[in-house]
Amino acid sequence: MEVNPPLVRARDYHDLSEQISSIVEGDVIKTPRKYWITLGITSSITILLAAMLTYLVSTGIGVWGNNRPIGWAWDITNFVFWIGIGHAGTLISAILFLFRQKWRTSINRSAEAMTLFAVMCAGIFPLFHTGRPWRAYWLFPVPNTDLSMWQNFRSPLIWDVFAVSTYFTVSLLFWYTGLVPDLATLRDRAVSKLRQVVFGILSLGWRGSARHWTNYEAAYLILAGISTPLVLSVHTIVSFDFATSVIPGWHTTIFPPYFVAGAIFSGFACVMTLLLIARWTLNLQNLITMKHLENMNKIILVTGSVVGYAYACEFFIAWYSGNIYERFTFWNRAFGPYWWAAWSMYSCNVFIPQLYWIKAMRRSLPVMFIISITTNIGMWFERFVIIVTSLHRDFLPSSWGYFRPTWVDMCTFAGTIGLFLTLFLLFARFLPMIAISEVKGVLAYEKQLFKGQAVEVAAE
Amino acid sequence: MSLIQIKTDPANNGEGQAPAGPQYWRSLDQLAGTPEFRQWVEREFPSTASEMLDGDSRRHMLKIMAASFGLAGLAACRRPVEHILPYSHGVEDLIPGAPYYYATVMQLGGAATGLIVETHDGRPTKIEGNPDHPASQGAALAWQQASILSLYDPDRSARFLENGSPTTKSWPEFDAYLKGLSLGDGGGLRFLSETVISPTLELMRSEALKKFPKAKWIEYEAITGENEVAGLAMVFGQRLASAPRFDKAKVIVALDSDFLGLDSTTPQPTKLFSKRRHVSGEEDLEKINRLYAVEAQFSITGANADHRLRLKPSEVRQFAMDLAGALGAIPGLSATAGSDRRGKFLAAVVKDLKAAGAEALVVAGPRQPAEVHAIAAMINEALRSEAISYRKVEGGAALDGLKALTAEMNSGQVSTLVILEGNPVYTAPADLQFAAAMAKVANTIHSGLEEDETAAAAKWHVPAAHYLETWSDARAADGTVAIQQPMIQSMYGGKTPAEMVARIIDYKDKDAHAIVKNYWLAQFPGSARQKEQAWRKALNDGVVAGVKPYEPVKVSANASKLPASLAAPPAPGGIEVAFVAGASTYDGRFANNAWLQEWPEPMTKLVWGNAALISPAMARARNLKDGDVITIARGGYKVDAPVMIQPGQADDAVTISLGYGRAKCGRVGKDVGFNANLIRTSDAYWFGGGFSLTPTGNKVVMATTQEHGIIGGSSAERMNNRPLYREVTIEEYKRNPKSIEEMNEIPELQSIYPERIYDKGYQWGLAIDLTACTGCNSCVIACQAENNIPVVGKYQVTRGREMHWIRMDRYYVGPEDDPRAVEQPVPCMQCENAPCENVCPVAATSHSPEGLNDMAYNRCVGTRYCLNNCPFKVRHFNFLNFHKHMPQIEAMASNPDVTVRMRGVMEKCTYCVQRIQEKKIQAKAEGRRAIQDGEIVTACQQTCPADAIVFGNINDPQSRVSKLKKQERNYQMLAEMDLRPRTSYLAKLRNANPELEA
Repeated sequence: MEVNPPLVRARDYHDLSEQISSIVEGDVIKTPRKYWITLGITSSITILLAAMLTYLVSTGIGVWGNNRPIGWAWDITNFVFWIGIGHAGTLISAILFLFRQKWRTSINRSAEAMTLFAVMCAGIFPLFHTGRPWRAYWLFPVPNTDLSMWQNFRSPLIWDVFAVSTYFTVSLLFWYTGLVPDLATLRDRAVSKLRQVVFGILSLGWRGSARHWTNYEAAYLILAGISTPLVLSVHTIVSFDFATSVIPGWHTTIFPPYFVAGAIFSGFACVMTLLLIARWTLNLQNLITMKHLENMNKIILVTGSVVGYAYACEFFIAWYSGNIYERFTFWNRAFGPYWWAAWSMYSCNVFIPQLYWIKAMRRSLPVMFIISITTNIGMWFERFVIIVTSLHRDFLPSSWGYFRPTWVDMCTFAGTIGLFLTLFLLFARFLPMIAISEVKGVLAYEKQLFKGQAVEVAAE
Repeated sequence: MSLIQIKTDPANNGEGQAPAGPQYWRSLDQLAGTPEFRQWVEREFPSTASEMLDGDSRRHMLKIMAASFGLAGLAACRRPVEHILPYSHGVEDLIPGAPYYYATVMQLGGAATGLIVETHDGRPTKIEGNPDHPASQGAALAWQQASILSLYDPDRSARFLENGSPTTKSWPEFDAYLKGLSLGDGGGLRFLSETVISPTLELMRSEALKKFPKAKWIEYEAITGENEVAGLAMVFGQRLASAPRFDKAKVIVALDSDFLGLDSTTPQPTKLFSKRRHVSGEEDLEKINRLYAVEAQFSITGANADHRLRLKPSEVRQFAMDLAGALGAIPGLSATAGSDRRGKFLAAVVKDLKAAGAEALVVAGPRQPAEVHAIAAMINEALRSEAISYRKVEGGAALDGLKALTAEMNSGQVSTLVILEGNPVYTAPADLQFAAAMAKVANTIHSGLEEDETAAAAKWHVPAAHYLETWSDARAADGTVAIQQPMIQSMYGGKTPAEMVARIIDYKDKDAHAIVKNYWLAQFPGSARQKEQAWRKALNDGVVAGVKPYEPVKVSANASKLPASLAAPPAPGGIEVAFVAGASTYDGRFANNAWLQEWPEPMTKLVWGNAALISPAMARARNLKDGDVITIARGGYKVDAPVMIQPGQADDAVTISLGYGRAKCGRVGKDVGFNANLIRTSDAYWFGGGFSLTPTGNKVVMATTQEHGIIGGSSAERMNNRPLYREVTIEEYKRNPKSIEEMNEIPELQSIYPERIYDKGYQWGLAIDLTACTGCNSCVIACQAENNIPVVGKYQVTRGREMHWIRMDRYYVGPEDDPRAVEQPVPCMQCENAPCENVCPVAATSHSPEGLNDMAYNRCVGTRYCLNNCPFKVRHFNFLNFHKHMPQIEAMASNPDVTVRMRGVMEKCTYCVQRIQEKKIQAKAEGRRAIQDGEIVTACQQTCPADAIVFGNINDPQSRVSKLKKQERNYQMLAEMDLRPRTSYLAKLRNANPELEA
């Protein structure tokens, strides 16, 4: 029987703890200057986001390029984009956990964190895209004295509110539950009083007893069980925003699986981008190995192809349905005024990932870095194409229009990227980026498997 | 009539000084200055001050202090306290909050339109046509509808100008100045007015000329019917004007005449024309008229024409001659037949006209020279048309009068020039150099509504009164007289032309009310009491009962009077430029009216500016694109203008709207568009050849409310044969009445929701008859005025954020170079299965039991999902606070029955739900009676000159709307989506000539 090479390389458990914890435990003042510069840039962009939102709320949606007929544009494009990115985390944590995919352990922590941050960025848009954000709480069934009214439960936007808030809550719990043993590790290793107290509180009295582990494993399994349907449901419901409408190009039954595949596609690409940077800057080659990266690239290839199939299917159905509005919408999508957006999307999402059929490409760091970026560009365009090109020319040619983003649109989107990166940088510096306890589990298994072999701590 | 006083001088608000303006007081005690009041003021803590002395209640004091701190925070959130003053004496019959309606009349371009004005608490808010007035018949055009905003225009002339600069001088100083003028026998006195159609102004004119026998009175307007008068004089030998009866004509040929659009300032022609386009049964199909249009620019009349021939303006004359020749209307003329499109068109027209006989009518437009009018009259005479009659005219505005006046001014014969409204410095042809001539006149007095170009050039400018705030009268084209009565006290103390003349000639009555009333009391027969009754009746009815309409003049045509020049070769070739009235601005007087500036020109859909319209072929040949700026020049006069490609425009003919590019204007209209008067000279007054077009290389953004594009021709990519606008020829309709229904296939429709049954009570619905609708666009402004719809400005329109609740969709059919055009009004469809409703997360839009798609503005959070999901895109979002910069005075035009929407909320057509509620309340108050059919009319329906919109209860099989909806040509847009819209359309029946259809 051929045995796969080891997934992770570490001499022993202590080394592993040492390697991961040292990133977190270093003296804050001694953090490399390039970290502070990067954080400075990203947090400045985050301040830009705050400025843009202030301007937006004080002036009105008119500061964006939205118009009639294009009621939603970059706002909802960005929302779906960030929600999509948020999908990889839960998929890696929950579904791959249930399928006992050991390779997930090295990447799940950062993927989950990324999920949370992406959902936070996503949440900004549904809130601030409303004309009167100070009334946005009316979307929640909270008792209020303004108007004692229920929400309209037939509206997919209400489903969205529940889907996204549930997803965020469960993802947060899942991430935190997984963190507890590692937080305890940090508490035990802490030398300063402050760290002892902070991690002492955060680790919720974890002592690593067998009883704790039993409960922990049970809780983790249950949360994984709850999260799994959420991976499928959140983006399904997001897709309902469009699928349940009457607008050609939105009104499509293929949307739920298509959106979920697209979300996983973009989520993995985003994890890939961040991990490649972290792996390189923090010397984690022994823990995030080529095996991990290649597996992720395989998923990117599969989901990209599923998305490509969905694109083709939409065109086929548009033709096959015989519906003149539907036919026109898809013709217009590919050859209308927004042809460039559609072809950017087809290229980035379908054509470029096909390179991953070649093994050398799957294992080439520069190639995978570039593809991870183009995939995210392509997936942003996918949402833009679905939302804007479908809206800009619908049923009555008299009301056709064209959307042009304003500088506020652009700065707001850039601002959310800034917020995302700022949160991720803070996470990478102050919390263990790799699940120590889970990787130890893999190491234990592999020590058994490769007994007698020297498992060197060596870069590839 | 209730009058309210507008405070105009904010400086006089101090309490201490002796103010000149009205005093505002807070309470009767303050006014009285009683000792109790003074004491109350002087006590610092009036209600609790004594508590301080009482030791026991220190705790109580602390409580009060705590409460005070809390309340202090609250008080800071409050708006400034404003006082509402009650009437100290009740006004008889006045119910506060209830609207009152008064009849009045508006003059525009020498025509009068009788109006009914709605007022709320003493301020006019809405204008409707007066059903008893012949020129209005209950309808009003956009100009009339929007004139109410001009009343509240904050930039209106409110002060005197002396030598072009503001002065504190007022009427006393001005009167002193008038006294100082030594007018003598009036040798150097000239009056320059607009067309005089007011009997009292006629009286003042004759009085003035009596007092100053050598004075002259000149009438001038930029847009007049003088060519017709000249043309009819050629044929009939006397000064006449025609009165076409479009309702009596079965075949109408319009020679460069936009009688359904820009060439009519009253709704009358459309009213008459559409009478024969209402089809309710088989027999109506026989009476339906056929319209042929021959024109250069694509006008509304051209869009309504069953067949349209595009010719350069100068070629219309040859066409008219060929037509007359073929009909044998003028001896000696023979038709030059051709086998091209023009020849076929001509042959078909000739055949149709002959067949129609007395029901034939040929009309020529005011832009065409006298000869064309003469030929048209000859044809009508030859066919013995009963659809036209003539009446005598005296005076009338004419270019020649202005030319002679300018010559006199230049030669120093004029010492005093009194300009009674109008803006000749702006509107006079460029070659007259009117401003330069004015500088040579010692005393120039201008009375106007605006501080315009003429006001700046005059020695004295005095504010004129808006027609809604003063007394006058006006005679309609058929002779009916209506009294113009004010709804509000003159805001800035402006005077009417009659009052101005009265001051100058020191007439016994100086006040508009006295002048008008005394004149009419003298006219009415009977005792003083009967006279007073007649006066009151005239005010009530809006028409003066005793005045008989004109008798048609018996005429006999005499071809020999036609000049020999008739056979002369047509005007020089090259590029011709033609001028038309600005659809929004008319001759420039409405330039500062924001409603009209944002009102889409019916064909081009252009707003906030004008353009040089050129044909697609011309654009291709010269490589011009929309927005490219070109220099149009001829003989030393030139102007830079952006190009707009207009499908159906005649090749090598440029059409330009007048009334834009105002240099001295209020904030709204200043420098909007370009001034066509700069190249309008007296030898190319309406059109002329030999213009040169030179691209400048610049480009400007033009704002249109509809992406202008060709629907036919390359329809595969655009309209995809979408059955949204449906039309069939009458022949096809007779052959297969189901042909309209068969235009789209409706699958079996199912819904997962339980069916909602709408079979109880009132179920409101709307039917729009596309056969009758001319696309005049008046409904758009009527809706805007009724529903407080904001104006968003040019930039926001380019961004696609205009707010009009009803819009006029224009589509072209056929090849780009020579298409047909159709117009379709689109309000909210009020779908029973409304896609907007189920997507709203907060249920801000939901269905009423009466079938209305209601919109709760204060529940809306502004997700815009409903807008996205509306297949008709009739929902409008307040992207910004569009009311933010609305001047306070302009807010007075708002309808108090309709909420003003804040930013961030969605709004849309409600079928004028406030009018429905008003009538429901009234019906309930009157003993819970049923609402009669036709009792509730929507704003768009009420103003529609073509009566194309019908609103009513579809649950009542006898209602007009139900009957219309039962017709076979009734269809719903996008019926295959199971939306069940309450707004449905009656397909257009084209009375196409089969010979030209092939």
